Amino acid sequence: MKRDPIYGIMAEFDSAQALIDAAKLTHEAGYKKIDAYSPFPIEGLAEEVGFHHDEVPLVVLIGGIIGGLTGYAMQYWMSAVDYPLNIGGKPPHSWPSFIIITFEMTILFAGISAVFGMLALNGLPMPYHPVFNVPRFALASKDRFFLIVFSSDKKYNPAETRRFLESLAPRSVSEVPS
Amino acid sequence: MDEQTQTTLNQAPVIEPGHTFGTVTEKISAIVLTRPASNAWFLGFGIAFMLTMMMLFAIGYLFLKGTGIWGVTVPIGWGFAIVNFVWWIGIGHAGTLISAILLLLRQSWRNSINRFAEAMTLFAVSCAGIFPLIHVGRPWLAYWLFPLPNSMKVWPQFRSPLMWDVFAVSTYATISALFWFIGLVPDLATLRDRSENRWTRMIYGILSLGWRGSARHWHRYETAYLLLAGLATPLVLSVHTVVSFDFAVGVVPGWHTTIFPPYFVAGAIYSGFAMVLMLAIPIRKIYGLEDFITERHLQNSAKVMLATGLIVGYGYLIEGFMGWYGGDRYDAFTMWNRLHGPYAVPYWMLLICNIFIPQVLWIRKLRTSPVALFFISGVILVGMWLERFIIVVVSLHRDFLTSSWGMYYPTRWDWMTYIGTIGMFLAAIFLFVRLLPMISIFEMRTLLPESEVKE
Repeated sequence: MKRDPIYGIMAEFDSAQALIDAAKLTHEAGYKKIDAYSPFPIEGLAEEVGFHHDEVPLVVLIGGIIGGLTGYAMQYWMSAVDYPLNIGGKPPHSWPSFIIITFEMTILFAGISAVFGMLALNGLPMPYHPVFNVPRFALASKDRFFLIVFSSDKKYNPAETRRFLESLAPRSVSEVPS
Repeated sequence: MDEQTQTTLNQAPVIEPGHTFGTVTEKISAIVLTRPASNAWFLGFGIAFMLTMMMLFAIGYLFLKGTGIWGVTVPIGWGFAIVNFVWWIGIGHAGTLISAILLLLRQSWRNSINRFAEAMTLFAVSCAGIFPLIHVGRPWLAYWLFPLPNSMKVWPQFRSPLMWDVFAVSTYATISALFWFIGLVPDLATLRDRSENRWTRMIYGILSLGWRGSARHWHRYETAYLLLAGLATPLVLSVHTVVSFDFAVGVVPGWHTTIFPPYFVAGAIYSGFAMVLMLAIPIRKIYGLEDFITERHLQNSAKVMLATGLIVGYGYLIEGFMGWYGGDRYDAFTMWNRLHGPYAVPYWMLLICNIFIPQVLWIRKLRTSPVALFFISGVILVGMWLERFIIVVVSLHRDFLTSSWGMYYPTRWDWMTYIGTIGMFLAAIFLFVRLLPMISIFEMRTLLPESEVKE
């Protein structure tokens, strides 16, 4: 498949409110493949660009369960199966003593899953991305807010989409080369 | 109560008025990107670096000669290594408290101090981690602490609190590092976009993992951050609890008490906030960050110290009460020995530093005076170090049999290692303030009124 030379059309806004309003209008106008960029998290913005399923909590839950089971199973196998040692007359399977390490392993695995799961779901690390081709995009990490309509969107049409974005009163509109 | 009424009630704002997204970004990133390193910075870093070298020298000599160069003897086998380990781990706790627990409690004032408090946690845990490793006597065998297959086919002893400690502290170090790094990613992207030099842009670019601030990314990011905070909260409480188990599970008089876990955790937060203030007060002055670290932050930290200090005081009181009420003659003797024995001077100093002097924090004027807070925090740090000294040494030096009584005198190698870790800690802080944004830029942006949106 030949790649479109244009990745999308991007509009720049001055404030978080302008961005969230524009995202809402764009979504309502029938554009589905859109994204918004902001220098800080904005409540409700992800829903406006059509993001509804956050899988991070599930990943963390699974990580935590695996961690807990691994922690307990490791201690049980090492102390009661592989090399049982009589220490202070305690039974080889002294479960109350195993709880703390089970807890720590739960936290460890859940925390690692939270961080790496989030990065993997976000497709990071990805040092190069087409949006960085727009010079003004450097301000997205400072005080500007951007909205993009991807060229893969069904309703995408270079001239029309541009006109539509210009109607939202942005500060500037630019094409994003891919 | 909404944010605004809360601000009026507490008087001093979290962030001085007049700032915009742009000025917040510029001000914090300029410290890293454009501000030249001053002579004072080089001097401070140089001294801290020399102390680090002194620590390495002391450890090198220790590896050559063995733990006999330290003051540890029978019956006091723990000495400085464990005192310093507990002290440093405790200091780390404030960072996690600020970044995780205050986040869950929606205390937005934490946004301007969480970054360097977390950095402080990491560096403090690194200092703490040195001590158990060098204390094992044969450090090349320290990997025996981990459940790794080995030629003797034997596994670690999971019924021992010392094993619990290995898992608790290494989990704590890992989670703190991840939490800190993940919090840095959006700010590293800001530095990447702001830096004019090709090399710094590349380094920050790699570290920022290509963060672009997409709405989807932010959503997952916030979820992950919140979950991490939720995980770090029970973790931090467990870490010092497990450290206290190192003592409380033993039968030594003065250690074998159920008050230890809560009183260790409170003491940890107490000393940690003292360290936060000792760092924040000079840093905000030198780098002109009074707009972001305001009187409100100082005042709130002082209140946390006052509250946790009272819990610690309650712990001392209960120790004394149980020594008398418990009817165990060894426990009663330990209390008597603390008050009147050969280590009575450090014990009374501990009471003065931790209990009496900090009561001046009831005075509002002192809670808002940076100079006074700086000195009170120093006193608390000394007091908390003495507390660990008393717990470790006084209980061990006179236990059940008079024939095995002894005294503990730290040697110059003990002191060199301890002071050296302070140097290492400070050297890391010096590097941190120059190389990374010491205040979370993106979280500061969310504190500005312009960041609020209506649906």
